Amino acid sequence: MTRIFTLLALMTFMPWFAFANEVERGEKVFKKCRSCHQVGAKAKIKNGPPLNGLFGRVAGTYENAKYSDAMQSAGADGLTWTQENLDKFLTKPRSFVAHTSMSFSGLKKLQDRADVIAYLLTFNIDLGMLAAKDDPAVNAEILAMVGDVEYGEYLGSSCVTCHQIDGTDQGLPSITGWPNAAFVTVMHAYKNKHRDNPVMQQHAGALSNEEIAALAAYFERVH
Amino acid sequence: MKLNRRLFIGSSVVAAASLSAPMVLGATGKPRVVIIGGGAGGATAARYIAKGSKGAIDVTLIEPTRTYYTCFFSNLYIGGFRDFSSIGHTYGKLAADYGINVVHDWAVGVDRDAKSVTLAGGGKLAYDRLIISPGIDFKEGAVEGWDLSSQNKMPHAYKAGSQTQLLKAQVDAMPAGGTFAMVAPPNPFRCPPGPYERVSMVAHQLKENNPTAKILIVDPKPKFSKQGLFEEGWNNHYAGMIERVGPDFGGDNVSVNPDEMTVTIDGEVNKVDVCNVIPAMKAGKIADIAGVTNDKGWAPVNAADMSSKMDANIHVLGDASQQGDMPKSGFSANSQAKVCANAVRGALTGSKVFPAKFANTCWSLINEDDGIKVGASYEATAEKIKKIEGFVSKTGENAETRKATYEESIGWYNGISADMFG
Repeated sequence: MTRIFTLLALMTFMPWFAFANEVERGEKVFKKCRSCHQVGAKAKIKNGPPLNGLFGRVAGTYENAKYSDAMQSAGADGLTWTQENLDKFLTKPRSFVAHTSMSFSGLKKLQDRADVIAYLLTFNIDLGMLAAKDDPAVNAEILAMVGDVEYGEYLGSSCVTCHQIDGTDQGLPSITGWPNAAFVTVMHAYKNKHRDNPVMQQHAGALSNEEIAALAAYFERVH
Repeated sequence: MKLNRRLFIGSSVVAAASLSAPMVLGATGKPRVVIIGGGAGGATAARYIAKGSKGAIDVTLIEPTRTYYTCFFSNLYIGGFRDFSSIGHTYGKLAADYGINVVHDWAVGVDRDAKSVTLAGGGKLAYDRLIISPGIDFKEGAVEGWDLSSQNKMPHAYKAGSQTQLLKAQVDAMPAGGTFAMVAPPNPFRCPPGPYERVSMVAHQLKENNPTAKILIVDPKPKFSKQGLFEEGWNNHYAGMIERVGPDFGGDNVSVNPDEMTVTIDGEVNKVDVCNVIPAMKAGKIADIAGVTNDKGWAPVNAADMSSKMDANIHVLGDASQQGDMPKSGFSANSQAKVCANAVRGALTGSKVFPAKFANTCWSLINEDDGIKVGASYEATAEKIKKIEGFVSKTGENAETRKATYEESIGWYNGISADMFG
């Protein structure tokens, strides 16, 4: 449990540029996975399934990919890939899903796992698009705020009037599963009117720093 | 109580279990919330109370229709931008996934002392908290010559469903060069930009299929929502087609004759081919029956939790409520429902109650890919729901912005549909 909390804490306190560093390192760590898993626009099924849009996927359900019975039953029993679950799985795959056909022994170092998860997150949400907006950096004190998840769920009910709670894009961007720092940075970019959509400016403008932190904490946990 | 299948179709296991104790549905020892009306206010409140309380509250939703057609986007159907089926929604997920007792019947009585609701089918539902979200009804005698019995000749199409289909069929069947008339409502009314978006959508249809046809708006109001934006759009897309008669020229002195298909403005008789009469509105009738409306016909509420000012155990949501600064819109009702759900859960189960926060955005479509929007955030004060800050689209915006605004509205429609119906 300690390890999970450390990882979550890392993600929570991580400023935006630190996340970018993790992504960069994660791409290198991912070399260990690449012989069986592809990721990106042209990803194909290899020995393992492609990892685009992994977070939120029910285990063992990528169409036409080969899975062990163990992985399929784990999915049937409700295993969904979240950042926390992937961290557990990558620590020691055969402890987390006994009899998985994945022969990889695991990533012992917490930082390696955090890095590769950060890298895979970039294929779940369009972080490239986010970075291209050149959002102003939010000061460290605001980024470090720990949001109240329950309050975030209440406030977030206003977001899901338009954005889908299941993380799908049905005309508006997905807002679930974002790294905390990215969420906070983007919301402040609307609040200070750096980003120009008036609906989002109005919503963000009505939120305090604590409330933005609460939303970020909640939506990070929704997959 | 007479039990029949009609009453219980769509009900969850919880309701089925309570058949053995029919006088009090949901006699499970749990607190009971009964919600009248399955629209943007009622369906949202039902879903959020059931979801948040995780089975600790017995939730019953009373809604007469099995397929609910949203008023929002119904104009887009008239304009040919949506299929009718795309604005229809059912309650299966609310029953199956959230354990809500969905009762397809009319609520016809509220006994505030006994805390029970009577159904047209004869049943009685006991409540600890009652949420009334019935939408609007029309004021009798609001437009001389028109009453509900005229609605097939001169549709209001201001409750979505067969009325919407009828109006579209009438527009599509207009003779070449014919006249579409709209009698617009006085304030306050459901969906302030709605009549003017409808005119835009009718104009779009006519421009394509009947380009010499005319549109006549008879309006008792000097001003209307997003007026500059609509008028700019009408000039750009439908020049010469639309005429609006405001109160200066008798727009507030109108009568109709549905048999003759005439509209009389300040004594001058106009023969028309289609006449869309949108009369003055009041809270849906059940709010009146429950005795929670005022002399203006609306139900005054406390902003903090949407509770009625006349009964602390009753909450009123959406169009029917008189809450302050929010427009009567589906978005507003959905926003108010979440505040209400949070407060009701807190009162009945002791869950944490967070401060009331409200938001609204109304998108309208003027022509293909020409969307506009208006919105604001709101807070609860002791007196009312008070506007904090708002925005509105600007005249002269480029086509790219307008297209993005329209696409955003489609995302919103998909979002609020999922938020209401699961």
